[in-house]
Amino acid sequence: MRMSGAKMVVQALKDQGVEVVFGYPGGAVLPIYDELFQQNDIRHILVRHEQGAVHMAEGYARSTGKPGVVLVTSGPGATNAVTGLTDALLDSIPLVVLSGQVPTFLIGTDGFQEADTVGITRPCTKHNWLVKDTEKLAATIHEGFHVATKGRPGPVLIDIPKDIQFAEGTYVAPDAIRVPHYQPRTAPDMDAVAQLVQMIETAERPVFYTGGGVINSGPEASRLLREIADAANIPVTSTLMGLGAYPASGKGWLGMLGMHGLYEANMAMHGCDLMVSIGARFDDRVTGRLADFSPNSKKVHIDIDPSSINKIIHVDLGIVGDVGKTLAEVLRVWTERGRKVKTEALASWNRQVAEWKAVRCLTYKPSSSTIKPQYALERLEALTKDMDRYITTEVGQHQMWAAQFLGFEDPNRWMTSGGLGTMGYGLPASIGVQIAHPDALVINVAGEASWLMNMQEMGTAMQFRAPVKQFILNNERLGMVRQWQELIHGERYSHSWSESLPDFVKLAEAFGCKGIQCKDPADLDDAIMEMIRYDGPVIFDCLVEKHENCFPMIPSGKAHNEMLLGEAETQGVIETHGAALV
Amino acid sequence: MNKSAYHMRDANGEIIEAHTLALMVDNESGVLARVIGLFSGRGYNIESLTVAEVDHEGRRSRITVVTTGTAIVIEQIKAQLGRLVPVHEVHDLTVEGPAVQRELALFKVVGSGDARIEALRLAEIFRANVVDSTLESFVFEMTGTAEKIDAFADLMRPLGLREIARTGVAALSRGV
Repeated sequence: MRMSGAKMVVQALKDQGVEVVFGYPGGAVLPIYDELFQQNDIRHILVRHEQGAVHMAEGYARSTGKPGVVLVTSGPGATNAVTGLTDALLDSIPLVVLSGQVPTFLIGTDGFQEADTVGITRPCTKHNWLVKDTEKLAATIHEGFHVATKGRPGPVLIDIPKDIQFAEGTYVAPDAIRVPHYQPRTAPDMDAVAQLVQMIETAERPVFYTGGGVINSGPEASRLLREIADAANIPVTSTLMGLGAYPASGKGWLGMLGMHGLYEANMAMHGCDLMVSIGARFDDRVTGRLADFSPNSKKVHIDIDPSSINKIIHVDLGIVGDVGKTLAEVLRVWTERGRKVKTEALASWNRQVAEWKAVRCLTYKPSSSTIKPQYALERLEALTKDMDRYITTEVGQHQMWAAQFLGFEDPNRWMTSGGLGTMGYGLPASIGVQIAHPDALVINVAGEASWLMNMQEMGTAMQFRAPVKQFILNNERLGMVRQWQELIHGERYSHSWSESLPDFVKLAEAFGCKGIQCKDPADLDDAIMEMIRYDGPVIFDCLVEKHENCFPMIPSGKAHNEMLLGEAETQGVIETHGAALV
Repeated sequence: MNKSAYHMRDANGEIIEAHTLALMVDNESGVLARVIGLFSGRGYNIESLTVAEVDHEGRRSRITVVTTGTAIVIEQIKAQLGRLVPVHEVHDLTVEGPAVQRELALFKVVGSGDARIEALRLAEIFRANVVDSTLESFVFEMTGTAEKIDAFADLMRPLGLREIARTGVAALSRGV
């Protein structure tokens, strides 16, 4: 079928099953916007800034398992998308970003709104393409979806010059393109699976250390994880990205691990004799001091990306494969061999875990006069946990408290910027989630400083009637920066407070939505319920204790068993070499 | 160039090895930038790099990279290269069995009298060809291992070596 390149873009998106595009028009994508105008199958969400578009697409993708799609113009449109692309690359979120480009005959001339988009985005995409021939446009878009979603997911970018959008070419459907050579291995090596089963059968202190790869693999992977962990009586911890793969109410749940992870999770990692890493990547926020990371364990690593295995930690057994497919084989082989475990040793190990849990590491000093941020999240959890709920966050203390105090029963319910730590992620991500799940309760747990970074997107929430709830824990500080300055930089609080903050209630009114301010713990429950019941977006300004620190904390350069549990333990904890780490 | 690499150690006392990697890649726009960007972005070394299309019909290029690192880093480099979308094959010629490695170099040597005669005599011993000659200068062409080219350059230096152009290493495994 002959058609213009612009029409081809829209047709290719339809054939890929795309329902929503997040974007912002501009000169170099006008032909594509013209085609969008003349159809009704694909919904376009007009953002207020291209970074917002990419984070919305991330929220959409993370909460649905489908790729998120973004459309931006050339030059500044594309460069504004760079932070979102990097965020999606580090958190393995499938995105297809289409960018306009100046016409091919102007490329390289410093044309108006020209940027070397494929050059700029090469290190922050899984792959990218500059399409110089309309005949290749449709196949390139289809290949883009293939690359974004197959293997370890990630963002791709397709740069489309304006003359290519106007020119005519032959459209090819997704099933008519040449099979892409990119076909990552997904089935595990069966010898390795057998070895893992044998290790599970003989382990006395095993731990499952799970990550975002379980979520990316799909709901079946989470189901298999639960079945194996519960049947074998193996405790489960998770990275920030993996929350919800194993339910917070599950009997083996240890909570999140790492720098602000739970005491029981980190102690279990330190003391285990078998660590099975499932779709996690031994990030520095997880491992602490490498030399003392889980010193007495055999380590197994299941990952779809061969480059993740042995990158940071040398493992005894690496299994390249899709988490779901691998766990299915592990369960099958383990069951065939009679589902053996060391029952007594595991009972003893779980008793040890129970002792660690009894430390109650999340205990904080309550207050009847000010709202403690932990209290705010405890109440939010109590009032919303049984609802059809999705949580996004910004980045900082509030993010860690949310990971500690909110419980996730299912995958795809928790959207946060893990690898890149992008302040400004949560508000647009919450809109993306809400667009995908119009009837669900979508809450962005935010800090006021992060939230301000992309607050313009409240306009998007209003325009598209996305009733997102912005739950801002307002301490008038860059809380995590302030915490580090207190602990590491001699309490010199260099530029870590927020002055001239807006009146969030008036700001909400200016956007046409609802603003709620709460500062008294006694009023908090009613205020949260008011937020939930309001039929529309809400900006909730929760004034919290200004100097609260986030614990537990593994200081930089320390090991898992050197966690700080509270204020009393913080004096001189980080040595010079640790201070150099981030 | 890499002759002493096997004897080097990094800050932790780990042995640094030199490996010759051969990549088969799609000859598409930006593929070389992608490979080089991976090395610079992740802090890996490139000792030598050659690239050219080797299959015009299939639009495939062969990239030969000589890199150095500890055994763990070399494995990581291969894994990172392997996941680049346009990279079809990654071969580590250093570990996959015997391989031949060759580099072509041009040397401009300027001089007269005994030095000039000595340069020509050494060139014959090294089987270098004279590809340009004036009354004051020669350009020698030589093909060989990187070590041979280094050795010849060392000999030419006191004899008036003015410029060197080297192609970088091309390598193939021996046998079938």
